[in-house]
Amino acid sequence: MPQNADKVIDHEMLFREPEYQSLFASKKQHFEYNHPDAKIEEIRDWTKSKDYKDLNFAREALTVNPAKACQPLGAVYVANGFQKTMSFVHGSQGCVAYYRSHFSRHFKEPTSCVSSSMTEDAAVFGGLNNMIDGLANTYNLYKPEMIAVSTTCMAEVIGDDLNAFIKTAKEKGSVPAEFDVPFAHTPAFVGSHVTGYDNAMLGVLQHFWDGKSGTTPALARVPNESINFIGGFDGFVVGNMKEIRRIFDLFGADYTVLCDPSEVWNTPTDGEFRMYEGGTTKEEVERALHAKATIVFQEYSCEKTIKYLREKGQEVVVLNSPIGVAGTDAFVMALSRLTGKPVPAALEKERGQLVDAMADSQAHLHGKRYAMYGDPDMMIGLTQFLLELGAEPAHVLATNGDDKWAAKVQAVLDASPYGKGCQAYPKRDLWHMRSLLNTEPVDFLIGNTYGKYLERDTGTPLIRMVFPIFDRHHYHRYPIWGYEGGLRTLVMLLDEFFETLDANTIVPSKTDYSYDIIR
Amino acid sequence: MSLTVEERKAANKALIDEVLKAYPEKMAKRRAKHLNTFEEGKPDCGVKSNIKSLPGVMTIRGCAYAGSKGVVWGPIKDMIHISHGPVGCGQYSWAARRNYYIGTTGIDTFVTMQFTSDFQEKDIVFGGDKKLDKIIDEIQQLFPLNKGISIQSECPIGLIGDDIEAVSKKKSREYDGHTIVPVRCEGFRGVSQSLGHHIANDAIRDWVFDKADPNKRPDFVSTPYDVAIIGDYNIGGDAWSSRILLEEMGLRVVAQWSGDGTIAELENTPKAKLNVLHCYRSMNYISRHMEEKYGIPWVEYNFFGPTMIEKSLREIASHFDDTIKAKAEAVIAKYKPLMQAVIDKYKPRLQGKKVMLFVGGLRPRHVIGAYEDLGMDVVGTGYEFGHNDDYQRTTHYIKDGTLIYDDVTGYEFEKFVEKVQPDLIGSGIKEKYVFQKMGVPFRQMHSWDYSGPYHGYDGFAIFARDMDMAISSPVWGLTKAPWKN
Repeated sequence: MPQNADKVIDHEMLFREPEYQSLFASKKQHFEYNHPDAKIEEIRDWTKSKDYKDLNFAREALTVNPAKACQPLGAVYVANGFQKTMSFVHGSQGCVAYYRSHFSRHFKEPTSCVSSSMTEDAAVFGGLNNMIDGLANTYNLYKPEMIAVSTTCMAEVIGDDLNAFIKTAKEKGSVPAEFDVPFAHTPAFVGSHVTGYDNAMLGVLQHFWDGKSGTTPALARVPNESINFIGGFDGFVVGNMKEIRRIFDLFGADYTVLCDPSEVWNTPTDGEFRMYEGGTTKEEVERALHAKATIVFQEYSCEKTIKYLREKGQEVVVLNSPIGVAGTDAFVMALSRLTGKPVPAALEKERGQLVDAMADSQAHLHGKRYAMYGDPDMMIGLTQFLLELGAEPAHVLATNGDDKWAAKVQAVLDASPYGKGCQAYPKRDLWHMRSLLNTEPVDFLIGNTYGKYLERDTGTPLIRMVFPIFDRHHYHRYPIWGYEGGLRTLVMLLDEFFETLDANTIVPSKTDYSYDIIR
Repeated sequence: MSLTVEERKAANKALIDEVLKAYPEKMAKRRAKHLNTFEEGKPDCGVKSNIKSLPGVMTIRGCAYAGSKGVVWGPIKDMIHISHGPVGCGQYSWAARRNYYIGTTGIDTFVTMQFTSDFQEKDIVFGGDKKLDKIIDEIQQLFPLNKGISIQSECPIGLIGDDIEAVSKKKSREYDGHTIVPVRCEGFRGVSQSLGHHIANDAIRDWVFDKADPNKRPDFVSTPYDVAIIGDYNIGGDAWSSRILLEEMGLRVVAQWSGDGTIAELENTPKAKLNVLHCYRSMNYISRHMEEKYGIPWVEYNFFGPTMIEKSLREIASHFDDTIKAKAEAVIAKYKPLMQAVIDKYKPRLQGKKVMLFVGGLRPRHVIGAYEDLGMDVVGTGYEFGHNDDYQRTTHYIKDGTLIYDDVTGYEFEKFVEKVQPDLIGSGIKEKYVFQKMGVPFRQMHSWDYSGPYHGYDGFAIFARDMDMAISSPVWGLTKAPWKN
């Protein structure tokens, strides 16, 4: 009998007990009718080959293990970044269950969001009644100060018109006429979650700046000296936003963060559930129109928003998730220029401390080859940081990156001797990455939780630095942006390097001469 | 402190009345039908169920796709399940349900992979059938050891008029009768996951059973003791810690539906002598079909906690001869000391603790016995997507005065917990952190909170340990800062 009351055995070890091992063997032998072991081995080896890679890269229709999600996820993220705002997704309800679960598994926090719960009848007649009843219920039950509406693909396919529906719902008294209901159409079959971020952000800005769907006069821009910050879709937002605000504060800048979910995804356990916490206020959104400039930290998360801000007459500083020294320098210098103030001594010191840490450790990372995948902007930021360390970003992949993105990455790679032979892969997935790791192996992989399957299949050690991270806790609480974030990223890279080295030298009397105590 | 049954009923009524006040009047009337207190002796729990969720209330429910791909089909390990439509559905459900299996992933097994047609705008405008046709070619080329393909429809498929049945038939012919199963589980169908289970069951009937060649495996020889486990998804290894008991009592488990299951096991199930059904909600349909078409009886069982396991082992054995009955008794006797040791260890710490549940499938009733084995008291329960037959079955498990909430909304659940003040809540990931913030111990009862198995005798030890560590964790003593009275 394998189980034991004194020391309860978990699934990890329970199923290794002989009783279960023989159960598995017998099930396989008598009932599964699987292919012969030799055939499985043969195919497994074949999938590691160059031939297989060529077939794999010739795929035109099938996607396997993509590294992207759909638009509404980004819209839910955005809604969470505004004060007392309920995210309302118009369409099928299952989608909302998925977004909430996905965020909660990553942040280990509640994620509030409602659905208009459309079913067959709404597919035939449209979802107007769902909008009317849904807004009323949300307003009464959850007492938000704003409801931010987005759409699932169901509502998009049948062509529901959010602007008209919300107007009608207000006429029917679902919410008061003056109640703010910004909206964005977020079709899941266009772009990815970063596109949804962009559309939802634009939806909020247009609502407040352009006259709330024709119900109030559009705001007139009166430029002032303030600066806006837009972070883009960011799995490390809890740590990053704190760091970004600290940097703005060090400059003494007058600034507005547009969309800040870092507090609602970081509430205390003290006996009270806070459905709403922190976030950008409506007054701040309105005020942000007058800013002299907006710093956009992730270009591909904000393409339409950038265009819109420029049309309003703002200067827009566009960055690509800067990580490391030069990237942060560009951000800090932009802040210095925009505020007209010198870079604070404290920040300059932090910069020096990051360079110091890199100098201490660079020998361990120099020449190491990395594969990585994730959102387009983050891939650019990480590429830059690896190159600064003398590491080689051999395979840089983004399922939601396009050819323009790839050209940009390639330009970064080509500008460094460490980028030689390295390549960007737009519109590819993790099954492509598997072929890359098999045919052109690297030392380390940077990715999200799903990268662990690649680690298992190819033996490439995984560093978890990409959303979503379900199987490690609390990484999102630490920044990867700013000089402090660079330091944290450096430690992540080093930890995996040292862990791997120790694991590879731990066998007594065989390899442990290299099991060094000082590294 | 502890209320009498009558006091509890009055308190529940007041609580329900108070909660309903928050809704607009018309909506309060609709929600009122889903909330009640169980009255001993009644045939059901006094609530309506399997009705559309109200828009905008924060229902916990999912969709038909989740019921089909996520629950029924997804765990079948040697098939490739295509999430057909935009990328999101497959992405959010990718490997999230902990359906354990043995196999070489990507080569001969595919459960923890995300195959999607990743619909783009042109697929919506021009239809996705051609893309699907090509996807099947690419799967056959790159994953040659797959034993079958299922097409799990996402919302747009049914809205744009794609004919996935025609594509499936055509491709099956092209690939020598390869199993290709179109499943019409678009997320907007029905009111919850539940219709997805039904649609998935029907797809097995129509596209697996009705197409399988009965002489395909001549070496498969039936025995009088052949059973199939139906409705166990092997979450954290549940089906394995159940199977081991059935084997110990002398039965031969020819199939697992669907955790760690294979297409061969599904196809061989009509040769079983008895189907043993754990999750009634998601697989009663196929069990009834096999009863009607192949004359296979089915019996519900409950492998949570020693009391129910013992009862179930005897019930299952009653369908067989005396040798099996004797062996079932031997199994019960063998595990008695282990169970007693577990109860002796944990019951003193858990005695009298109040539990509130809100889960799906069979769990809102099935786990109650396991809590009671530990001396705990389930004071409220409800189903995410139950039907009236679930609420009827629930009456055998719950006590007079239990608070019942069908398709509970976020608002209601929070208010109920505030007032009832349970010592433990068992629900899902979306609820977990809400209640932990409130300082209430919590266990996810869908994923076993990444633990398990919870089924069978081996599982009960883990269950007991987990409930104890949730409640007894020192962290709950730290939620109030000492300088705040």
